[in-house]
Amino acid sequence: MTDSPSDNSHSVATETIRRSLARRYRQERHFRRWALSAVLAAASVVTLLFASIISNGYSAFQQTYIRLTIYFDPALISTPDSDPAADIPRVLITGDYQGLIKQSLRTRFPGIGKPREKRDLYALISPGAAYLIRDMLMERPDLVGSSKVLWVPADDDVDMLIKGHIRRDVREDERRLTDHQLAWIDQLISEGALKKRFNGAFFVHGDSRDPELAGIRGAAMGSLFTLGITLALSFPIGVAAAIYLEAFAPQNRWTDLIEVNINNLAAVPSIVFGLLGLAVFINFFGMPRSSPLVGGLVLTLMTLPTIIIASRAALKSVPPSIREAALAIGASPMQAMFHHSLPLAMPGMLTGSIIGMAQAMGESAPLLMIGMVAFVADIPQNLSDPSTVLPVQIYLWADSPERAFVERTSAAIMVLLGFLITMNGLAVVLRRRFERRW
Amino acid sequence: MTRYQTTLSLMFAASLSYPASARDYIDIVGSSTVYPFATVVAEQFGRTTPFKTPKIESTGSGGGFKLFCAGIGVQYPDIANASRQIKTSEIDNCRARGVDDIVEIKIGYDGIVIANSKQRSQIRLTLREIFLALAKQVPDPQGSQTLVANPYRSWREINDALPDSRIEVLGPPPTSGTRDAFVELAMEGGCKSYPWIKAMKDIDGKRYKSTCHTLREDGAFVEAGENDNLIVQKLEKNPRALGIFGFSFLDQNSDRIQGSSINGVEPTFEAIADGSYPISRPLFFYVKKAHVGKVPGIAEYLQEFTSEKAWGDDGYLSGKGLIPMPEGERRKFAEYARNLIPLSQ
Repeated sequence: MTDSPSDNSHSVATETIRRSLARRYRQERHFRRWALSAVLAAASVVTLLFASIISNGYSAFQQTYIRLTIYFDPALISTPDSDPAADIPRVLITGDYQGLIKQSLRTRFPGIGKPREKRDLYALISPGAAYLIRDMLMERPDLVGSSKVLWVPADDDVDMLIKGHIRRDVREDERRLTDHQLAWIDQLISEGALKKRFNGAFFVHGDSRDPELAGIRGAAMGSLFTLGITLALSFPIGVAAAIYLEAFAPQNRWTDLIEVNINNLAAVPSIVFGLLGLAVFINFFGMPRSSPLVGGLVLTLMTLPTIIIASRAALKSVPPSIREAALAIGASPMQAMFHHSLPLAMPGMLTGSIIGMAQAMGESAPLLMIGMVAFVADIPQNLSDPSTVLPVQIYLWADSPERAFVERTSAAIMVLLGFLITMNGLAVVLRRRFERRW
Repeated sequence: MTRYQTTLSLMFAASLSYPASARDYIDIVGSSTVYPFATVVAEQFGRTTPFKTPKIESTGSGGGFKLFCAGIGVQYPDIANASRQIKTSEIDNCRARGVDDIVEIKIGYDGIVIANSKQRSQIRLTLREIFLALAKQVPDPQGSQTLVANPYRSWREINDALPDSRIEVLGPPPTSGTRDAFVELAMEGGCKSYPWIKAMKDIDGKRYKSTCHTLREDGAFVEAGENDNLIVQKLEKNPRALGIFGFSFLDQNSDRIQGSSINGVEPTFEAIADGSYPISRPLFFYVKKAHVGKVPGIAEYLQEFTSEKAWGDDGYLSGKGLIPMPEGERRKFAEYARNLIPLSQ
């Protein structure tokens, strides 16, 4: 028995340490696994979301078109007693363009006599096709009297059949297309006169109740105008407020009160800002309802606290030594701020602002109160035109009975996500560009 | 300092004097049920006339009347859509703000359907069975004239001919006009088929109303949100459930869902049009007469809406699921629209 007591206690201590070490390693591994699984869970939910939106929506970027040979019959376009040379635009606006399409369909499928069947035949073509022909003729009145091969949009039911969203195998009275119509569609397909093509209309048209004519442009312009105002107002005001509160304001009860209020405002539900906007901008100042002007102002109110808080945090993170050094060599407080602190805080401010803007972009609740949840077919041209925004457009389409709006809803979500990714990407680029290290 | 003050006051003045004078488009508010029809007319109107496309807000009937009655002037709406008739209190409210002459135009009918997935067989219901399945309190199944908390779990317990599956009905929330109409027409219709409850109406109106209008809250009736498309999708996923929504959604999805017959009448276009289908309601819009001629295009919009090619039997609105009125009624309301005959005092 030569083992000394100290040796024994030493080995006990090592054993304890080893065991605790093993336990700590195990805890570390568990923690890492948990953290990783949290990330994986988040990533899989996002993937699921994207997958479902894209799989629902990608087909909306294509639309079924039908090829028709259309004879621009002068008899249908201008009334006999009018003098076409005198007033071409006015004559053209009242022409029977639906008649031109019907005529073309009748020559394509001769021998259809029953009125019911004729109506079914005409229903293959979108009611909007006539206006496309009108717009074409308004631009080129010299086409009257000639023939032209045109691809015109098919009706949304035809489109849904081609894309596989309407089943063929059910009883005739249970689907929205009759057996006749299916036969005509098959004939058109076999002749190569019915095809899916890129749906350009989706990007250039405003809202419509005919899915095949509905587009995102009106809502996108509305979002652009609204966010333009929000950015132009909330960024300078927010940054200026942050600079004042952070660097120049005296520390007293009033500034404390202001600070508490700003933090509280950032947590106020957005609908409250909508009510405020309704009361102040529309009812008191008499600004036009449903306009991007009011929408932008309301979203400015909503975004301001976010921007102020982010900008103050960015200013706080600039080491005070930089400001002190500037002051020490004789810079005025304003120079120290604008020449030294602000440029260093800018990346953080931009990130905060862009996150605030992205939030404002996805907002629809406050806009409900000021009338921007509305059917607006015309594309807004200026800040006081009635308009709607992308999230509202998504909401309105999601609630429409026509089945073709399902895929368009998802497509609109994709456009909105595209906007958001672009904005966040911009934030990253700006941050990289302005970032300075010390 | 004075320069700043001038700029500030100028900015203020500019915002105060914002041109509230002219509006060159029609401003329409109101019911979300009328919205899909009014928007189609508005779009057609915008395309075929030199006027701008009217703006249509979907605010619900009540919210629409509130905005509509706020006053005369371009900052207030010109037309209010409604899935019910205007109430006397709302007319009074309008009058108090100077909105005196209101023209009422009925545009057609909307049916409310109870539907299930095509994967199961069609269900035949009566109004009384709907009431028994969905009311919070029902007459005692033992036969005494008392009300008990709804004991029914399965349809079979109500009627042997019904399937033996759990009662599960998806419907709109209380903010919806569809819910109001369903409660008034279907629930109350079934409720007053009990003579002793009907007799209650004159004695204790409040109790009668709460008995007939209160839906059960134990999970058999599920509020599925305002989005009718969502209800249709849920029915496909859950074939045992029934859903309550507007006829146009059944019309658009006839390959996936089927309407239940009510009191032996199928929810078809024809049955709703001739009034034999029991759960249908009229739809309206109301026009501020004082605005006609002030805001461009109102008279023309009325003309478009009340034309045969829009609301007629083969008009484009019937293609969107609006049930047309009989011809005589159409002629009467077209006349109202043309001559702007206001509601009688």
